[in-house]
Parts: sequence; C-alpha cells; structure tokens
Amino acid sequence: MNLASPTRPAGTRSKRALRRVRVVRAGHVFVAGYVVLLAAFGLVPTAYGIYFAFTNSANYFAGLSNFTAAARDFRYLPAVGHVALYLVIWLVALVLFVTGLALVLHQLPARRISRLVRFLYYIPGALAGAASVMVWLFMLDPTVSPAASFLRLLGYGTFGQVIEPGHLAILFAMIAFWTGAGGWIVVMYGALNNIPLDVIEAARIDGAGGWQTARRIQIPMLRKWIVYMVILAFAAGTQLFVEPQLISEASLGVAGRDYSLNQLSYDFAFQNNNVNYAAAISVELLVVSLVVAALFVTRSRFFDAD
Amino acid sequence: MALVIRAVRGRSHPRPSLARAVLAVGVAALLAGTVAACGNGSSGNSSSSGGTKDGFTQAPQSSGTLTVWVDSTRVPAAQAYKKAHPDVKLNIVTYDGDANGSNTLQTKVDLYDRTGSGWPDVVFSAENNEISWAVNAGFTAPLNEGLIPSSTLNNFATGSLAPCTVNGKVYCLRNDLAADVLWYNAPLMEQWGYQVPTTWPQYEQLGLEVAKQHPGYLVGNAGDTFTPEIYMWASQCQANQITGLRAVTVNVTSPSCTRMASLLDTLIKAGSMSKLSVFSTAFDKKEKGKVLMLPGPAWFGGAVFDSSSGLNAPKGQITVAPMPQWPGSATPSTGDVGGGLWLLSAHSTHLAEAVNFMTWVTGNNAYQADLAPGLPAYVPAAAAWLANQAKSGYYVGNITSALQQAAGQVWSGWGYGQFSQEAIWASAIDPGLTAGKTITSMLPAWQSSITQHAQADGYQVSQ
Repeated sequence: MNLASPTRPAGTRSKRALRRVRVVRAGHVFVAGYVVLLAAFGLVPTAYGIYFAFTNSANYFAGLSNFTAAARDFRYLPAVGHVALYLVIWLVALVLFVTGLALVLHQLPARRISRLVRFLYYIPGALAGAASVMVWLFMLDPTVSPAASFLRLLGYGTFGQVIEPGHLAILFAMIAFWTGAGGWIVVMYGALNNIPLDVIEAARIDGAGGWQTARRIQIPMLRKWIVYMVILAFAAGTQLFVEPQLISEASLGVAGRDYSLNQLSYDFAFQNNNVNYAAAISVELLVVSLVVAALFVTRSRFFDAD
Repeated sequence: MALVIRAVRGRSHPRPSLARAVLAVGVAALLAGTVAACGNGSSGNSSSSGGTKDGFTQAPQSSGTLTVWVDSTRVPAAQAYKKAHPDVKLNIVTYDGDANGSNTLQTKVDLYDRTGSGWPDVVFSAENNEISWAVNAGFTAPLNEGLIPSSTLNNFATGSLAPCTVNGKVYCLRNDLAADVLWYNAPLMEQWGYQVPTTWPQYEQLGLEVAKQHPGYLVGNAGDTFTPEIYMWASQCQANQITGLRAVTVNVTSPSCTRMASLLDTLIKAGSMSKLSVFSTAFDKKEKGKVLMLPGPAWFGGAVFDSSSGLNAPKGQITVAPMPQWPGSATPSTGDVGGGLWLLSAHSTHLAEAVNFMTWVTGNNAYQADLAPGLPAYVPAAAAWLANQAKSGYYVGNITSALQQAAGQVWSGWGYGQFSQEAIWASAIDPGLTAGKTITSMLPAWQSSITQHAQADGYQVSQ
C-alpha cells in the first residue's frame, strides 16, 4: 500500500511507464483487427487447404497422392508453362518500367505535373481487379475498342484474332501491369524521396549526371524495395486467375480456359468435384511462393540494417 | 487471392518480428487442430424431421419465399408467374444460366452442399447436360415419383425429356425444343432463283455459287461454341455417344464427321460460311441483311433474326426448311442446341409451391405461348405458340411443320455427358479456325480433347 504514496520522481517514472504501456496497448488494439482478419481469411483457409491437400475424399490421410495425381492431369503441365511464361514477361516488365518510370517521375522539375502524373499512374490500381479486366475486354475487341484503329493496324480485325493463344501471356502481363504497376510506381517514388539529399548532392558535386546518379546511387538504394516488389508480384503472379477467367468467359471459352494453375485448381474443385486435387495445387503455389521469397530475402540481405 | 495481394501492396510495410511469427505459428497450429476436428464430421445436409416421400428424402416443409434462379432470357417467365400469383412470395435471382458450359450452378451447389444451406428451390439452366452431375450430387428431385402427375409429363413432346431422364426417373422439365432447322431468307432465295437445298451436297454447291455470284452473303455460320451441335450432330458424327452412366464413345475421324468437316472447310474457304459468333457485335454489324441461309436451332428465329440486339431482320423475310440430309442415310437426322431445363432442388422446403412454379412456367400459355422466344416443349403450349407466330406474320409462310418435324428427328447418338462439348470445341477448334487452320486438320486434336476432358470427369472412353 506504500505504492499509493509515491515520491515525486517515482511518480514521473511510473507515469512514463504507464504511457508506454498505453502506447503498447494501443498498438495491440490497432493490430487486433488485422489479426482477426488474417486468421479468418488467411490462416484458417490455409490450414483448411493443407488439410484437404493431404487427405482424400473420405477424409483419410492420402500422403502425396493428390499432388502426383493433379500433376498427371492433362491440363497441369501446359498451365505450369503458361504461368512461367507470364511471370517472366510480367516481372521483367514490372522491374524495368516501375523503376524507370519512378526515376523519371522523381526527376520531373514541376511539382504539380509530378503530382498529376502520380495520380494518373495510381488510378487503374484503384479499380478492383475484376473491374479493371472488364475495361480490357472492351480495349481488346476491335468492334468496340477505342484503340480499334491501332488493333487493325496490327492486323487484328476480330476479338478472336486479338486473343489467339500465342498472345495471351503478353496480354495478361499488360493487364496486370496496367492494374498493378501504378501503386508500385508511387511506392518507389516514395522510396526515392527517402534517399538523403546530401548523398545525391555529393554525387552531383562529384560530377554525376542524371543517368549516373540513377545507376550508381538511386537504383542500388532502391534494391530492397525492388526485391520486396518482386516477392509480392511473384506470389500474385503465380496465382494468376482473374485475367484468364474473365477473358475465358468473354470469349465463350475460346481462350483462357484452364490457362493458369489457379484456374485448374478451381476447375478441379467445381467441375471435376475434387477439392483435394484443387487444394494440392494451392499448396504447391504457396510453397513455391515461400521458397522464392526466402531465396530473394536471403540473397538480397533484405533484413540487414543499412 | 490476387485481389488480396493487390490490396496489401498499397499498405505500409510491416517489419516482421520473431514474436509475431511465433504467435502466428501458434494461432495456425491451433486453427489447424480445430479445422481437422471439424473435417471429420460428415456432410452438413441432414434433416431432422422430413422423410422419404415422392421417391426421395424431403426436407421438413414450410411456407416462405420461393427462390428461383433464371437466366436473363427467362426473367419474364418468373415475372409472369409472379403477376399471375400475387400471393406467392418469389425471390427471382438472375444468373448466367450456365450457358457455354460456365458451370456456375454446379459450383454454387457444391458450395451449398458444404455449408448445408442456400440452395435455390427451382433453377433454369440453358445447358441440357445438368442431370449428368446433379443427380449424383443429390441436388435434383425426381418428378415422376409423385410430385408431378404423368398426365402432365406426357404432355411434353416425345423425346424432349431425354436429357432429364436417368433409369426411368425424370429429374427436370424441358423448357423448349431446340432442334436444328435451316433458316433462310425466302424472298432473296426466290429473287436469285435458288432452290432450298434438301441434301448437304446441294447445300455445299449452293454455298459455292453464292460465294461466287453474291460475295459477302452467307449460307451459314461456324464460329459458335455450339457449331458442333448444329453441323456435327446433324451429320451423326460420333463425338458424344454416351453409352453408360460413365462411358462415352468418341470417334471424330470417322466419315460421318469428316464429310461435314470438309463441307465446312470448303465453304469457309469460299467465304460464304462465317467464322464469327452469331452473338458477337462484329457479326451483327457486318452480316446484317447478308444472311441468305443459316442452319441453327429453333430459337434462332426469336434470338437472332427477330431480335433488336441481333440481326433485326424485317418482317416477311425469314422462314424455315428442314435441315439438309446426307444422301443415303436411312432416317432424317438433325442436331439440337440447348433447349433449357427446369430443375427442382431436392433440398427445397417449399416443394408444393416449387412444383407449381415449374409446371406453370413450362406449360402455361401466359408465358410459353405469349412471351417465350422458342418453341415450347409442352405440346399444348407449343400449339398456341405456333399459332401466335403464324398470327404475327413475321415469318414467311407456316413454320410450324418444319419445326415440329425437326423436334422428332434429333439424332439420339449424341448424348448428354458431364463435360461440355461446347467448351471443348471452343478451346480445341475455334482458335485454330481463327488462325486459318481447317476443321479437318484439327479433328484429331478435337478427338484427344474430348477424350481428356471426359476422362477427367471419370468417363471410360472408347473409340
């Protein structure tokens, strides 16, 4: 009970401690909402998926049989090929253009123009995934497209010609870039702003031009952001679904059906009535993304302090 | 998932900490345990009271809102029912009708089976192979075991309930007959002095002449996902011969298929056979007024010609003839494209109202005769529908006999499997067709694609 009559210095200390406790508690409250959602829509479904992947339809442990059977399906290898090709095109385009555009944006002298361009880049990302693909359905159909004359110039007179199988990887990469890259450009722009001015200043005094500053100072200092982008973009890319699925529905199944692994998983679950094969493919995608993320993180010393 | 990741990108970038990771793993382990415990339970759809009646286990019945799923074309049917029955509480849900093998219904029903609730009471489907999965899934209720009297069922046209029937039990009602006929522009044929072809060689010959004498005009269309159900089915091509519950015979390189493939190739090359879909904006723009002949199902009349969103052909032009035949075939044969089905959910808690709804929308003249775009499968309604068509004066002459005759000539060697022939044709043939390949050269690819899809659905495939 002598705590009730504390001396003055002890009082300030305990107040400070109390404030610290409050701050920590507030932090927990803020995080709690996220944790609940993470559990409900991230962890539980993942655990459920893993359970399905290793059991059969009678709920008995099935070992790896779901994985081997899914891999033997006639749609599996083509889907792996499609996703791999798409990833290469998309990731290369993403790294080159996002970094490039962010650097150009950062060099723009007029603040107002820079702000406007940033906003323009970001707009497509503000549309939900499916809605932004819908926009592309119109873009790609020469009978209704605002870019019809351009499509005709390339020799494509019908929707069917535009979405022929050989074009799909590039088209999906274009759609994904248009919907997703804007946000990353803004992120990179923010990262560029974080590079201390005196470093840039020093480079300039040493005689570095815009190109050299970018190559020797800015890009190396963006490395972690680029790695971070590649990790998330890789995970999103292996899960390619909305783009081919919508193209498939719009083309009445001519293009894009069973194009990606995620679509194959969906078809296993709802067309062939086999949730276990579907879960096996989902788990494979999870493992691949985790392994790639781990590789990038360790090879790029992602968590090293600067 | 892609959406989730996209949303995450825009957010701030948390620094992972060991404590949080440990916590997450702990939560995951806990949840995994819970899920595993749940997973061992049996499926959720069990009814406490209810009982076996009318040939299936019924859920406890109650009064309440009747939920019906229809495609946009069938919305007027549900609305007409609502108008005629103001006291019935009706929840009309519009969905894609499963057209083009989209599998929406099966997807949803599978999810409802897992959650144990949510099934619609009555569903319209434009795909007539629904029964191939819906009976096994326990979704559809048998109708001829007490729910619907045989006097009503006997009023459906001969053979029209074939896609609904498994082992003598009828699991759905047919909405309309969709047998293929030869639609043509009568005044134009007369003006150019052409005879309506009765055999496929005559048809091919005429197609070549049209291409030469009147370039730009069409004698047919081969760019739809249901193209095989018009030409290949009529030609008795063995692409879809369902021989058992999970058995199919596929042999698309036989003469009955190659003869039609080469006919289509010839006319596509000549230019009088279009490669566009009749439902594409490009087709409506380019081919309006340019269609001399068009083999297609009974519903082409209302959906393609007499449709403001289609070719919008004026009154007094269009009429029908029977599909051409191959010389030497013993009995005339034609194909069939769709012709929707009405399914009753075995999980329904309002069976009486649901059955009343189904029999009304399929048989009542207020919808089938006055509003329906296609030839009703219910014979009394069909007679009234045909009389209405004759009265409207849209078609040249009387289209009744050709449509009725075709309905009885649908070749029975093309069955209703779980895999979608339309989806298979779309992905196996259409891209090549667009790229300029011939159908004949793609028949082996079609064969293997059908085989693979059938096997993926657990079918035994023989050649």
